[in-house]
Amino acid sequence: MAFTEEQLVRYSRHIILSEVGGKGQKKIGDAKVLIVGAGGLGAPLALYLAAAGVGTLGIADADVVDLTNLQRQIIHHTADVGQSKVKSATDKVGALNPDVKVIPYQKYINPGNALQIFGEYDVIVDGTDNFPAKFLINDAAFFANKPLVHGGILRFEGQLFTIVPKESACYRCVFPAPPPLGVVPSCQEAGVLGALAGFIGTLQGTEVLKLILGIGSLLTNRILNYSALTTRFREIKIQRNPDCPLCGTKPSIEKLEMQEQPEQPVCHLDTVAAAKGDGTP
Amino acid sequence: MKVRIPTPLRKLTDGQGEVLAEGKDVADLIEALERTYPGIKGRLCDEQGALRRFVNIYINEEDIRFHEGLQTPVKSSDEVSIIPAIAGG
Repeated sequence: MAFTEEQLVRYSRHIILSEVGGKGQKKIGDAKVLIVGAGGLGAPLALYLAAAGVGTLGIADADVVDLTNLQRQIIHHTADVGQSKVKSATDKVGALNPDVKVIPYQKYINPGNALQIFGEYDVIVDGTDNFPAKFLINDAAFFANKPLVHGGILRFEGQLFTIVPKESACYRCVFPAPPPLGVVPSCQEAGVLGALAGFIGTLQGTEVLKLILGIGSLLTNRILNYSALTTRFREIKIQRNPDCPLCGTKPSIEKLEMQEQPEQPVCHLDTVAAAKGDGTP
Repeated sequence: MKVRIPTPLRKLTDGQGEVLAEGKDVADLIEALERTYPGIKGRLCDEQGALRRFVNIYINEEDIRFHEGLQTPVKSSDEVSIIPAIAGG
């Protein structure tokens, strides 16, 4: 389908990039991206991907907007408090770019619905705020054979990497199992700098666009760590792990299951009290 | 050598993101850290002394798991990073 006059103007700064051009912009328009979690990471992701003209944007989140979210979840406004996050995000995306079709999922991704939902998309982005969700999304993206852009933030630190299933290291290649409850605190317990969420989410969005366009080199087989306090980036090499329980040579995970965090051994109770995330990345 | 301490472990290092410690290999280095910052070994290693599955240790950006694990030799000029998974979003 040809661009309208308005679209040529709207996307002109993309189209002028030789790496994107009209062809690339059309790829973006044809792309289907699923954002899991409409919180700190999901907010910039949804806004930038919508602005870029991603044709179909799935947004999954079961939560409602809470006042504590507004410090970083910039897609939600004060008037949205109490409103469903998915509805709030859908409204903002619609106002930003009417070219984008939003498919809202007012639910959590679970082992029962993940594969069916993931199957509808070209790229999955993880914007969730808890370990069981992050492991489930990694596993589901692997089984659905979809590229995944992982991200995580805590206090002043963020990390992200891109996973191309069966080609590059997956989350479980690096972290075979989640930590026990309470060992790694959530943002609710330990706090998070608001702008950090925007930064890591925007980097994830950049990876999504590169995946769609097929340009540049992806953040695969390396983790990018960002320390906001020292403004330092560090890259750590990772590689596919032959012993990976998911994508290794003798996988022990053969179907999708919710991976709960084990209870913390008594001897480690000196750390932060165990608690679930607030479900609002 | 310089050891980078991730956010979730900084309670044990008085908030420090980087500490200095010496050792001939990673296991030795962890023992040295434990002497200065009691409790840190239990966060990195399980009761059998193996590295916990949700913790990764890197020497100069290389994962020790793909070298000699806790027996990977280290020298003063190395930079050691402890990288846990973080789940916030």
